[in-house]
Amino acid sequence: MIRINCPFCGMRDHTEFTYEGDATVKYPELDAPEDKWFNAVFLRDNPRGWHREYWRHAFGCGLFLEVTRHTVTHEIKSVKVAHPGIAEVLAPTDAGSETEEAEA
Amino acid sequence: MSGYRLPKGGHIDRSRALSFTWDDTRYMGFAGDTVASALMARGERILGRSFKYHRPRGIMSAGVEESGAVVSLGKGPTRVTNVKATQAELVQGLDVWGQNSWPSVRMDFGSVNNLMGRFFGAGFYYKTFFGITGKGTWEWMQFEKVIRKAAGMGRASDKPDPDEYEIVHDHCDVLVVGSGPAGLNAASVLASQGVDVILAEQDFAIGGTILSGLSGDIEGDAQAWLTGKVAELNDNGVRIWPRTTAFGLYDHGVVGLIERVTDHVERPGDLPRERFRIVRAQRIILATGAVERPFAFGDNDRPGVMLASAAATYVGRYGVAPGKRAVLGVNNDSGYASAMILAEAGIETTVLDARESLPRETSERARAAGVEVHAGRVPVQAVGARSVRALDTGRWRNERALAEDRIDCDVIGVAGGWTPVMHLISHKGIKPVWQEDLTAFVVEDPGMEPVGIAGSAAGQFDTASVLKAGIKAGEEALRAVQGKKHRPLPGPLSDWEAPLEPVWEITDPGRKLKSFIDPQHDVTTSDVRLAHSEGYVSVEHLKRYTTLGMATDQGKMGNVIGLALMAEESGSTIAETGTTTFRPPYTPVSIGALAGDERGTHWRPTRHTPMRAEHEKLGCEFVDAGFWKRSWYYPQGSEGLAEAAMRETKIVRGSVGMVDVSTLGKIMVQGPDAAEFLNRVYSNPFAKLPIGKARYGLMLRDDGIVFDDGTTWRLSETDFFMTTTTANAGPVMLHLANLLQTRWPDMKVHITSVSDHWGGLAVAGPKAREVLDAAIPDIDFDDEAFPFMGVRQGHLRCGQGQDIPVMTARLSFSGEMAWEVMAPADYCPAMFDALLTRVTAAGGVPYGLEAMDCMRVEKGHVTGRELDGRTTADDIGLGMMASKKKHYVGRVLAARPDLVREDRPRLVGLIPVEQGARFKAGSILFPPGEKTGHGLGHVSSIADSPMLGSWIGLGFVSGGLAEWDGKEITAENPVDGESTAVRVVSAHFFDPKGERMHG
Repeated sequence: MIRINCPFCGMRDHTEFTYEGDATVKYPELDAPEDKWFNAVFLRDNPRGWHREYWRHAFGCGLFLEVTRHTVTHEIKSVKVAHPGIAEVLAPTDAGSETEEAEA
Repeated sequence: MSGYRLPKGGHIDRSRALSFTWDDTRYMGFAGDTVASALMARGERILGRSFKYHRPRGIMSAGVEESGAVVSLGKGPTRVTNVKATQAELVQGLDVWGQNSWPSVRMDFGSVNNLMGRFFGAGFYYKTFFGITGKGTWEWMQFEKVIRKAAGMGRASDKPDPDEYEIVHDHCDVLVVGSGPAGLNAASVLASQGVDVILAEQDFAIGGTILSGLSGDIEGDAQAWLTGKVAELNDNGVRIWPRTTAFGLYDHGVVGLIERVTDHVERPGDLPRERFRIVRAQRIILATGAVERPFAFGDNDRPGVMLASAAATYVGRYGVAPGKRAVLGVNNDSGYASAMILAEAGIETTVLDARESLPRETSERARAAGVEVHAGRVPVQAVGARSVRALDTGRWRNERALAEDRIDCDVIGVAGGWTPVMHLISHKGIKPVWQEDLTAFVVEDPGMEPVGIAGSAAGQFDTASVLKAGIKAGEEALRAVQGKKHRPLPGPLSDWEAPLEPVWEITDPGRKLKSFIDPQHDVTTSDVRLAHSEGYVSVEHLKRYTTLGMATDQGKMGNVIGLALMAEESGSTIAETGTTTFRPPYTPVSIGALAGDERGTHWRPTRHTPMRAEHEKLGCEFVDAGFWKRSWYYPQGSEGLAEAAMRETKIVRGSVGMVDVSTLGKIMVQGPDAAEFLNRVYSNPFAKLPIGKARYGLMLRDDGIVFDDGTTWRLSETDFFMTTTTANAGPVMLHLANLLQTRWPDMKVHITSVSDHWGGLAVAGPKAREVLDAAIPDIDFDDEAFPFMGVRQGHLRCGQGQDIPVMTARLSFSGEMAWEVMAPADYCPAMFDALLTRVTAAGGVPYGLEAMDCMRVEKGHVTGRELDGRTTADDIGLGMMASKKKHYVGRVLAARPDLVREDRPRLVGLIPVEQGARFKAGSILFPPGEKTGHGLGHVSSIADSPMLGSWIGLGFVSGGLAEWDGKEITAENPVDGESTAVRVVSAHFFDPKGERMHG
């Protein structure tokens, strides 16, 4: 069980979230050529180390979060809201104790 | 008879006698006893039989590492097998059973295996049953039946577990695991500073080694110190949890614990048997202690051979003497503490110290306490067929024993060093490292884990260091939870007078010894050597080949010896050999506890539509569809499914019917860009959908495969009401959210799931207009005023001036003239009643999913059976809908060559050639004369059509109608071997021009 510090809801178990895939993938425009779409839909890296990925707080605020997680240690470096507009409204935070320190 | 109750001493309540049975014989024990201590007090020596040789097994330890006294508890469905008697708390009326034996552990016919021991070495089964004949599997299975009976541990009940369990979630600042001196001190430091602490202890009593007296002196009186600490922790609000095992350490400070709530209670009432506690802690202190380990010598598995510390624990904690005459084989200073506890209880005690140079002060103190001490001497072979009656000793020279005299004794204690319990931190993938000076595996650096390790768990083996380490760990955790910088904890140390002399196995060139390292699974030192000589050189191979460490104790006692012998054989060091991987759980966990309440109907949610009670009043039968209970059919009299659905279908086609469509997914799509958003999401155009109109839409996945279909109703310039299939309500919502939040964040669109807000009924049939005209007076249902695909909002009349706000759209799934009427969920029961009255008055009926499915098959409409994640829009005959003028999700990849091949399986209708024949969904379709291979495609849906008077089906055939129209093919059902000749026809069986739903 890993724990994710949702910028909207706070620290929560990962069982409240659903994994929503690789956040490093840039989806092309709808009219982009086939090879670009093929790459975006089918090709994935499998990095050992830091990785950016989407998690949706399904049993919470419903937001898509971009989580930077270490695939070996599960350490989480940062969590931010994927939608730039919402992210701007919710002050960007880093995972873990720094948030609490900032509040205190 | 050997063990007996001492007249005084121990942490037992002698005023509370408890009666229990051991293999049907009634015994008494005291509150505070374990099953093991109570049986030892009664002189019972043989409590179990080993797995393979059925050799007698007695009590070998006083804790979770027990490898001999493994028993079954309880009767009937609550019987629990493979319980360590050394851990099980005695309770009034408990039934204890020996296991892996027949007729009893005292006399076991299976022990004949022991005589065959030399044939049953490591890898016996591998060697014997691989390729014994040319065939293999069948023969092995015959042997296996016999072997399974002979081997195996206790017999579990095959009845459902009647006990209740629960899952509890907890939070704390610091979780301290283990309540020995280190754990108590750590908790004390933290709690005094107001830190929220949980102290978890697997034992039923708090205090760890203090209870057995092994921790020696603490501030004058260890017992008083313990009582004082516990009181102080209680005052400071520490949650102290006895009987709670931390069995697994997970990421980010999450720990899984099992609390045994009622096993020790005679009448548990409403409490659950166990609680699965999931604790999230900022910081964790592991004060889990260490387990003493033996070394191997001849027949060291005989009942009466036990760990030296265990022998002392029975005396100190339970007031039970394990025997009258004890010999302890030791290789380090800690054995003397055990010897003195035994001697002080009046047990004649001899210490054989493998070391030539004795720890002067320690040995002198032991001698003063009446212990006989011999230097440079070791146990060589236990004597006694069923249990120990003497010990052959030897002089220890150059790691060989030279025979010396035989000592009469009934207890042999072994003190071979200590193995820190570092399982929990190892669960995080941190490998323990071999410390040569400590002769133990320890974890010095927990890395990034929020974990501190203190006391013997960190390799601190004397009480003074342990107490200090506890304080240090508390201080470190305090700084950590306060967000300050904190230093790593001090490393392992021991201030033993003389260093430990590593002894793993006693060998005597003069005799052949059978020396056990895993007494439960009968793994001997020669098995390890055999494995090595046969090429199993890695520890992981050793484990699997010999089954060392795979018994219910998971090698807590004997594994290190196995590793040491392996290292010796391969000429490497133990550090190089390494240890096997520890995984959760630390000790066995009931599956029931992990499931908790989440079983039976609580396994998953049950969803009912808002009109559940109304359906039930009509005697509706429900069918499971995902989490939903959908109305299936409304039987009349003795009708079954087929008759009821046939009647309902005929009535809908003849007059009118109504069906609950509340399970459809419903999503509000709102905002200035809503129309453009839908235009990108659906493959057909939506940008110009007029207000007050609905449109059927087909949604593709990114890869071009059909995802979902449904209708979307435009309510205003910026408001759209989208419906999805029942099964895809969640996935479509997620898909739309993903697009809006990650791909097109600039779009001004908001989506809201309103699936539970709205309930709906579809009214279908030639008389649907007549029914709705009367029911909803403020909407004009005339064809011109309310054309096909129109959307209107109005009020449904429910008796005296009570009007319900409704939304309605003229849509048809059945192929009849039909409207879907949606109302807020709370109004749905009233809507149901109002519409039912009018439908019944018009000669109609409510109909269920079965009739609806029949009608949609007659119309060739697709459902999830056709949209199965493999089909393209062309495959289901809807390719013409896709827009060529706009860009939408899935368009690019839908054009991949393989998805546009002409010979892809395409949707067709199927009708049996022979009148009255039936065929099954899932059948494989073959061209005439063929029976094998992948065929042309498959049958996806079938229905008994009243309109055609025949079974009909939808299916996919390579090349589709273009190639097969009117031709005969075969539906093969390989499951039951049936074969039906069917003719390929258009999927639009009934009213192909759609005249009935218009006009």
